[in-house]
Amino acid sequence: MAKELLEGNEAFAEAAVRAGLDAFFGYPITPQSEALEHLSKRLPELGRVFLQAESEVAAINMVYGAACAGARVMTSSSSPGISLMQEGLSYIACSEVPVVLVNVMRGGPGLGNIQPAQGDYFQSVKMAGHGDFHMIVLAPANVQELIDDMVLAFDLAEKYRTIAMVVADGSIGQMMEPAELPPMRPVRPHEERADWALTGAVGRDANTITSLYLGAENLEEVNLRLQAKLKNIAANEVRWKEYDTEDADLLLVAFGTVGRICQTVVRDAREKGMKVGLLRPITLWPFPSERIAELADQVRGVLTVEMNAGQMVQDVRLAVEGRCPVAFYGRTGGIIPLADDILPELEKLAADVRGQ
Amino acid sequence: MATVEIRNDMELVYGYPDSLTEADTHYCPGCTHGTIHRLIAEVLDELDIRERTIGVAPVGCAVLAYNYINTDFAEAAHGRAPAMATGLKRVSPGRIVFTYQGDGDLAAIGTAEIIHAANRGELFTTVFVNNAIYGMTGGQMAPTTLPDQVTTSSPMGRDVKAAGHPIRMAELIGGLPGAVYVTRQAVLDVPGIRRTKRAIKTAFRAQLEGLGFAMVEVLSTCNTNWGMSPQEALNWAQVHMVDYFALGDTKVSDDVRALMEQ
Repeated sequence: MAKELLEGNEAFAEAAVRAGLDAFFGYPITPQSEALEHLSKRLPELGRVFLQAESEVAAINMVYGAACAGARVMTSSSSPGISLMQEGLSYIACSEVPVVLVNVMRGGPGLGNIQPAQGDYFQSVKMAGHGDFHMIVLAPANVQELIDDMVLAFDLAEKYRTIAMVVADGSIGQMMEPAELPPMRPVRPHEERADWALTGAVGRDANTITSLYLGAENLEEVNLRLQAKLKNIAANEVRWKEYDTEDADLLLVAFGTVGRICQTVVRDAREKGMKVGLLRPITLWPFPSERIAELADQVRGVLTVEMNAGQMVQDVRLAVEGRCPVAFYGRTGGIIPLADDILPELEKLAADVRGQ
Repeated sequence: MATVEIRNDMELVYGYPDSLTEADTHYCPGCTHGTIHRLIAEVLDELDIRERTIGVAPVGCAVLAYNYINTDFAEAAHGRAPAMATGLKRVSPGRIVFTYQGDGDLAAIGTAEIIHAANRGELFTTVFVNNAIYGMTGGQMAPTTLPDQVTTSSPMGRDVKAAGHPIRMAELIGGLPGAVYVTRQAVLDVPGIRRTKRAIKTAFRAQLEGLGFAMVEVLSTCNTNWGMSPQEALNWAQVHMVDYFALGDTKVSDDVRALMEQ
């Protein structure tokens, strides 16, 4: 298929349709409502399910119900809406039904604003809801990656019977870029839904999907199973991209929009003769800790850049484990750090670690 | 499985419906949940829909309903059963979906979900058990607790000026265009139990015919948290609950009426 000029929000919605999406349940919120609007037209014309829920709370529980029925299902929202969905996410994680969701992040906390931000890193990777669980979290840096990550999210969610979240920010959702959509996959017929799904107990014992396990031993057994699954995901699904790291003695770590900007920073710094490389995590969970640790042995310092007050930097520090200094630069409120803002921070780090 | 020995010269006239498991329930002695479970099971058997029915259990005393009603089942978050049922039904062609919810679940934390599901005319059936108290958490005030009724969180009796008035859900839901059949029944005596079963059957038939949302509110008791014997609780509900929560239909669409007259 040829490249087309696509808007991020519409592109991920259409990518989901082509990945075999059976149903979408959502609630409008800026800056991602174009996705819901696209699906409100597209899914009914394909004979599939679209429903605008009365709230994000209802939307995530509709998603939960449809996932229990074995359907390929998703929702999308933005920061405040994701907060409302966290109850449902915890139930879904414990019930082990596959669900895909998109968070097109905006400025916070509170109602914040509708500018692009990355303030939901902690929420995405560490505290998606109560109890012990993680979601697979994919962070695209451009519209093509957003499309590709949507398809991957459905495959990973079903492979591991887990939640896969794509976190973009308002700028990726709203920007238009040339990108290629995937081919149309067929929707799975109802008869071919998973054997664990709630499809009616015809010729088999009744299936139950629950997140209630009375008795400490029972619930610990469930937790041990969930943790073993997460360990398996962590061992097999870590994804990242590297730029100019072979000879680097300074390392940038950044994801999403600002990760893309840091590619420019690498170019600008190299023009000034600095040996700078970039590691851009694609999976925020599982986090590319091992690779960051390897690079920390090679470089003299690490600069983490984020569109928040400093969240991923904690995971970078946990990975580096004191091997070298880790600095942070971030902007909040929806301000996107520019390459010209980041380069001086890199020069400051270079001066700090000189001679070390 | 319990075995029932039938003498050759006798016919078995009463046993477990296929749609009811033989598990011992966890309900308190005197509780009416068991009665209501059985009525649903009998209706599923009579309509021959057990194998294509999916239930959604609430948070509350009936949280383990899936251990007793022998169909596929999902366990919802508190109050979210109508949203979950919406998701299940929309992607499950030909399947029959029902929620089983208590008063805290449906009339407090899940008010938005039930109202909007009913208003959309979602094709599932809700059995709403109203016993005017929070049972599982130990007898706190419910949205349907009667004025001046003493609970563990209204120790001086429900003061409607501070705590608001008991909500009449059947009247509220019955006023929505998407709801085709809404009724309030009571399982406080044998005639009431028989009427409740007829209502539950009508509600499932409305779904089978694709007519719209149907809800049966069932006035029930909680003798444990009311601090009464089972019989005293039934008597108290007959006098006080039925006085505030009038029995009868609050919505019967023309299509449902035709169905009832068949």
